[in-house]
Amino acid sequence: MKIHIKGGRLIDPKSGVDAKKDVYVAAGRIVAIGDAPAGFSANRVIDAAGLVVCPGLVDLAARLREPGYEYMATLESEMEAAIAGGVTSLACPPDTDPPLDEPGLVEMLKFRAKNLNQARVYPVGALTQGLKGERLTEMAELVDAGCVAFSQADAPFADNQILYHALQYAATFGFPVWLRAQDPALARNGVAHDGPVATRFGLTGIPVCAETVALSTILILVRETGARVHLARLSSAEGVEMVRQAKRQGLPVTCDVAIHHAHLTEMDIGYFEANSRLDPPLRSQRDRAALRAALADGTADALCSDHTPVDADAKHLPFAEAEPGATGLELLLPLTLKWAEEAKIKLAPALARITSEAARVLNIDAGHLTAGHTADICIFDPEHLWKVEPSALKSQGRNTPYIGLELKGKVRYTLVDGQVAYEF
Amino acid sequence: MWLNPSNPQLDKKGRLHHLLTLEGLPAEILWQILDTAKSFLGAKVKKVPLLRGKSVFNLFFEPSTRTRTTFEIAAKRLSADVINLNIIVSSQSKGESLLDTVDNLSAMHADMFIVRHGESGAPHFIARHVAPDIHVINAGDGRHSHPTQGLLDMYTIRHYKKDFTNLRVAIVGDILHSRVARSAIHALSTLGCPEIRVIAPKTLLPAHVEQMGVHVHHDMRQGLKDVDVVMMLRLQSERMQGALLPSAQEFYKYYGLTEDKLAAAKPDAIVLHPGPMNRGVEIDSSVADGKQSVILPQVTFGIAIRMAVMSIMAGNK
Repeated sequence: MKIHIKGGRLIDPKSGVDAKKDVYVAAGRIVAIGDAPAGFSANRVIDAAGLVVCPGLVDLAARLREPGYEYMATLESEMEAAIAGGVTSLACPPDTDPPLDEPGLVEMLKFRAKNLNQARVYPVGALTQGLKGERLTEMAELVDAGCVAFSQADAPFADNQILYHALQYAATFGFPVWLRAQDPALARNGVAHDGPVATRFGLTGIPVCAETVALSTILILVRETGARVHLARLSSAEGVEMVRQAKRQGLPVTCDVAIHHAHLTEMDIGYFEANSRLDPPLRSQRDRAALRAALADGTADALCSDHTPVDADAKHLPFAEAEPGATGLELLLPLTLKWAEEAKIKLAPALARITSEAARVLNIDAGHLTAGHTADICIFDPEHLWKVEPSALKSQGRNTPYIGLELKGKVRYTLVDGQVAYEF
Repeated sequence: MWLNPSNPQLDKKGRLHHLLTLEGLPAEILWQILDTAKSFLGAKVKKVPLLRGKSVFNLFFEPSTRTRTTFEIAAKRLSADVINLNIIVSSQSKGESLLDTVDNLSAMHADMFIVRHGESGAPHFIARHVAPDIHVINAGDGRHSHPTQGLLDMYTIRHYKKDFTNLRVAIVGDILHSRVARSAIHALSTLGCPEIRVIAPKTLLPAHVEQMGVHVHHDMRQGLKDVDVVMMLRLQSERMQGALLPSAQEFYKYYGLTEDKLAAAKPDAIVLHPGPMNRGVEIDSSVADGKQSVILPQVTFGIAIRMAVMSIMAGNK
């Protein structure tokens, strides 16, 4: 299949190109950018006039819910959501049931995903067996099976010695470790940011110190062990400031922010809106401003969808009893564009947070448009306005705080391996 | 960012449809309820037919004797049929979801749900899902709100002090876990009270409580100085199990209301308590039974307040 993507605005954040250029695809690869290679005759011409052509998006946190939670979502539904959102590479956390703590489970997931011929799935393996926070998994074996990093997901460690040893062991082999900075005791029973809204509503708070206490422990242990650590979903101004300092000191850390936290605050709980029950909790306006600043200056390396499909029954409950999480794969692009527009950031550096920079965190060769390289491409209409409604989403998770909101930016084509995997 | 929905308590004409919290309720509605309650208390006939033919369901997901009983009495004095449901021991233990329970009861042609629930916001959740002609009254949800208690406290204060605009009110004790305190703070602010104080150790104050418009005190005598109204809160015994407080004795020593501490308040200050009291923990018997105590009148006013709320809602068709 030879495809000519014609007349689009090509944005490649990695090389900094933002210009009207055609892209030529053949045999799964980008064969040329700009002028057609000699003798190229396309089987298909995609008219990209008025559209942006960028690398397929890379998402650092997408829960696919398999194995174990198929009532919430299936691999089929979520992989379809991914390509509908322009996502061609995604990392999935290990908090499935059973958790991704054995090579067989990881191989099965990779195999099932590959057969769907959609986005590329990069499993993040469990750092401890059963995510119980007690015994290490066979990390080297899991890497052979396809894991790109190790994580404890949102589960606690039995104690800091386990965390210390896990980082030492991972550092031995140079495996990256992804951690959620949240002290389980300080966050105990908490359901919302420990601020004025939780106080008025009588909701148990999760204080910012739950994040910063855990973060300071992690950063000290990174210094001690030399482990490469990615901090997932930071939520507070103090948290990103600590990472900024750590990076300045040369610690091998990266971090991401979930797309919800770049836009929403505790006020968006509205009248106990269960769709706004998220983990980490939505914090104050000051925190949101700091997260946006961190995304702009590169302290936060990536934006992620934190895609967490939850079934309707688990959300049809009073706020504190509702399961945290929201669908996100199909909102990653429009919400990144919204952030760019509001923060007056050019498209190329904004898209870097969901393409080249996210790929750098994942340590994969993706998220860029280069002649000779695999053709994973997202083509979107930056002006197309659409309303977020359950029926407009492919994901089985229909819960998002953005229901009813109009967003700009719609994926028109997603190419994976040079094939049109999705078109709208 | 959020598409702010309109106040879920009011109907399209701005009248009271559900009573979920006192936060955001216009002062006119609060005065209307207080005035209506006064007319019920002054009436010679105990029973009126305002809710004849209506079914009022007491939906208690958390144990309560006093509040449930006063709602029951109020509904019966309005000639309603009252059905008491103790959900803890029935459907919830059989695994039925909250929504299924509510749907089933709606199908039994309920007109009004009186809801008590352990989770903050549960009455909001129920109100959002019931048929549009059903009214929901919050009888206490988690730490969030207890609006009829807040209203009866306002009634009591008005009864003894007449005017809110020159009052100093102190709320003492476990503010963190108290829906009674939150309701009182909102109501007092709306009715024009210029100075609301909260008195508690830091472990029993929620984060940023001052943003609710209150002055924070940790010293009881300082906090009570020259106040007109002292609102005591119940201290649950389970608060002693964690690290919030060392012991009931130490709490009593520093935050229990004794005659000695009450002397810091104005000589004609009144003392309120939502009950049930822990004598010797948050309040001394000599104060609870003393001449400044208005704790028993609160109970009487509570019935009138609940009658007022139910009759106003039933009238808003």
